[in-house]
This record gives sequence, structure tokens and C-alpha cells, in this order.
Amino acid sequence: MLTLRARRRRDAMVHALLILAVIIVMTPLLAVISYVLVNGLGSLSLDFFTQDLGSPARAQQGRPTGLMHTIIGTLVIDGLALAFVLPFGIGAGVLLAEFPDHPLNPSLRVLTDTLNGMPAILKGLLAYALIVQPMGSFSALSGSVALAFVMLPILARATESALAAVPWSLREATLALGVPRWRVILSTSMPAARVPIVTGVLIAFARAAGEAAPLMLTSFGNNYLTFDLLAPMDTLPQRLYSLAVSPYREWHAMGWGAAVLLLGLVIIVFVGARVATRRRFP
Amino acid sequence: MTVASRTVPSPVAHPRAAEAASTVPSATVKLEVRDLTVRYGNDVAVDEVSLPVRAHRVTALIGPSGCGKSSFLRALNRMHDLTPSAKVSGSAVLDGGMEVCDPRSDPVTIRRKIGMVFQKPTPFPTMSIFDNVAAGLRLVGIRKRVVLDDAVETALRQAVLWDEVKDRLRAPAAGLSGGQQQRLSIARALAVRPEVLLMDEPTSALDPQATQAIEDLILRLKDQVTILVVTHNLQQARRVSDVTAFFYLGRLIEAGETEDLFANPREARTADYLSGRFG
Repeated sequence: MLTLRARRRRDAMVHALLILAVIIVMTPLLAVISYVLVNGLGSLSLDFFTQDLGSPARAQQGRPTGLMHTIIGTLVIDGLALAFVLPFGIGAGVLLAEFPDHPLNPSLRVLTDTLNGMPAILKGLLAYALIVQPMGSFSALSGSVALAFVMLPILARATESALAAVPWSLREATLALGVPRWRVILSTSMPAARVPIVTGVLIAFARAAGEAAPLMLTSFGNNYLTFDLLAPMDTLPQRLYSLAVSPYREWHAMGWGAAVLLLGLVIIVFVGARVATRRRFP
Repeated sequence: MTVASRTVPSPVAHPRAAEAASTVPSATVKLEVRDLTVRYGNDVAVDEVSLPVRAHRVTALIGPSGCGKSSFLRALNRMHDLTPSAKVSGSAVLDGGMEVCDPRSDPVTIRRKIGMVFQKPTPFPTMSIFDNVAAGLRLVGIRKRVVLDDAVETALRQAVLWDEVKDRLRAPAAGLSGGQQQRLSIARALAVRPEVLLMDEPTSALDPQATQAIEDLILRLKDQVTILVVTHNLQQARRVSDVTAFFYLGRLIEAGETEDLFANPREARTADYLSGRFG
């Protein structure tokens, strides 16, 4: 038997260990954020948001240059990927959770797990083989498809676990009112699982928004603004990479700026998720 | 054993029961259950149960845990459809016409006529009190404000909840007490105007006061609906029901007028159960 004092001491010790663990987890995150901000904030200017990149000469000669086309390209490609993946990802999650005994479910599970574990660059190769090669050119469209493959398994599994957390009794209560099965899903299961489903969508989005590898093989990158979905288009992670490996000091600085934007995008998405899913009833 | 259980299922089979029944004008059969069997895989949960459920009477289903009374109840509004391992056979005919257990009958139509209240209160957590009660009506396409207002008030009054919530119909249903939530669940079931109401241990999660409120409600509602109530509480069965059916190991052992069955059980197992020797 421990004395009361010994127990208190032990409690304090465990408490201290937990705080230490939190600090260890937070350190790399805070280090990355502060390092990126310190190096990148300086390169953010009005031009950065209103000009496209052009040739390296522009930056070297101090002419206006920026990443407007990259920001727009990122929104277009990521948004399109999300639009592609929403019906399939949520649909797969609904099938897995709402019809647990469906004969397709075992194979669907293996497929989503495999897709989830597959390196993102292979998804880029897949989109390359499916779209870039047959169409004969890199394109924004193929980039969106590659990112959709990144989002799909995350979204399907997030939807599944969100719906699985809704008590079965709620569905039965709705069914007992004489509501068809499909309406039970739309009127009871989905609203009850709204918060975790929206969170899942945003996590999938943020994950895909940070991928560079699959985009190098698909949307490729572009120094100029374009809205042509069948032409190469610029994205933040891929632009960050090409700026960083370029031989120009001016472009290295812009790379840090791109990192600030990418970080900002991810943070905005997560904070947005928090605000959007705040409980209606306080 | 089997023979005995099948010869006694109807309250009418008992002379005194028949007499009592004939004094009640509305003693017509609302739901005629014949040879109802529910299997989960190879396990037989309900074994060829036949029971005529009389209109505007309260029928209590009693028996020890696992005796099949809940499985029986759930078969009557097709809740087993969701459990692929569950197989239901036999028949249950509503108003001499609609076959409830036939897989070809539309479960949605059946559930609109045969509503259900569950053991735990199940308010829809994202909805207000008003929206909870209106949910069933909205989902069948009723949108008119006046109609909804009226139906919600009527249902809440029927469930004796109106006075407690009339000033906060827009408040979240999750903020109500357990007993209020259960009355809300009952109001929600009543709002779609079912003809039969199945109640699966509706008070087992409630305190004595809330239990009392639900029991009063059951007595008051039987003018409007036919009620089947599963209960573990023998005193409750005695207080609220007109007819009691005793289930044991998936079989219907005995059914009869409640007072009669409690006073003079004719099966030894019924007598043992009622006197607390098992269960």
C-alpha cells in the first residue's frame, strides 16, 4: 500500500511526464511554423499575390514577379479533385457503414486500405497512365485525378467511422416512423455524423493539398497563369519544390513565400473546419 | 409443453376471458399473429407464437431476459429487416388485410401504421423539440406550417409533454430530461398517427416518477391506438395492461386477461415466474 503522500507524488510525476510528451510533440510543429514564417514572410509583397512568375530573368532584374498563378492553380486543381472525390468517397463510406453486410464491402475495404497505403507518386503514375499519356499532354485535369486518388481512401474511411459512431437506435427510431432506408441515411445518419464527416473531407483535402510528387507527373507546373484544364497548371507544393531546386537565389526566397502560403492554406482549412462544424446548439 | 402453449394463446380460449372481452365494445382483433418464428442464424428466438392482439387494448409481453418478447415485438414492424442473419416466418395480419411479415409487403407502409418506442429515449440529437416531433411528418412530405404546428401540438398533448415544452419548442431536444425525452419519443411516434404502438421496455431507463407519467400515458392512449408493451416489471404489466402474454424460451406459454392471468395462472411456469421463483 502506498501512502497518500506517495500517491500524490506519483500523480504529480505522471502529470509532468504528460506535459513533457505534449511539449515534445509540439516542438517540431512550432519549429517548422516559426522557421517558415521567419524566412518566408519577407518575400510576401503585393506583387507576390498579383503577378505570375514568368522567366527567372524577371526576378533577377527586379521586375514584378509573383505566384498568383500558383495560388489560383492550386485552388482550381484541389477544388476539382474534391468535386471528383466527394460522391465516391462519401458513397463508399456510406456503403461500408450503413450496409455492414453488403457483399461488396470486404473487397471495398481491401481496395481503400491498399490505396491509402500506396505512395502518392504511384497515384501520380496512375493518373499519368490514365490521362496524360492518352491525351498526349500534362494537364490540370490529370493533376486533379491524381489528387482525387489521394483523397479517396481517407474520405471513405473517415465517412465510414463517422457514420459508425452514430447509434444504431437512432436509425431504428427513424425507420419506425415509416421512413424509407435511403431517407434514414440522409435525414438521420448523415446529419448526426456531420461534424466528423466535414472534418474528414477537410483532412483529405489538406493531405492532398500538400502533395507534390503526383503533380509533377500530371499537372506538371506552369510559369504563367492559365485556366485551361487541359494544359499544365501550377500548384503550391510542386512550385515550392521547383523554386527550391532552382539555381536562383531570388527564387529560393520566393520558395519560402510559397511555403508560408501552403502552411496558411492548411491552417485556414483546419480552422475553417472548426468554425463550420461548431455545434448549432451551445 | 408445445401443445399446452399452443392451445392457450388466445385470451378468448379462456371462458372468463371471453366474457370479459365481450363487455368491451372494441374487442375486435387488430393484429392476428399466427405461428410467428424468428431465427438468428440457427438460434430460434421466437418459436411459432400465435397471439390475437385486440384493438384498443393494452397487451403486455412479459418473461425473463432472452425469452423472445423483444424479438417478437420487433418482428411486428419489420425491424428485423436490418439484421441479415434474422429470418422471420409465420404471419401477422393487420386489420384482416395487410400481411406484416411477408417480405413482399412494403415495410415503410407497415411502419407508418405500426409505430415503435424503444427502451432508450431516442431524440434526434441535431434537432429541436418541434423538429423531433415533426420529423416523421416532414419525411413523408408534409410541409405546410399550419398542419405541422397542429400535429406537433396534438402529439405533444397526447404524450403529456406540451405544458412542459410549449415555451421552448425551438430548444434542442437533447436538453430534456430522460423522462421527457422518452415522452418526446412517444409524441414523435404518435405524430404520424399509427394504429398500433409497439413499446419495447419504454420505462426501463427511467426513474419512478417518469415511469408513472409513461404508464398514465399508456392508459390514456389506448382509446386511440392499440398498444403492445414489453416489460420486465410485473407490477407495471398488471397496472397498465388488459391482456398479458407470458413468454419463456421463445415460446408463448400463456396469454389471458391480465387480472385473470396474475390471479390464476394455469401453467406451472407462469405461476413460478409470477411468484418470482425464476427470471
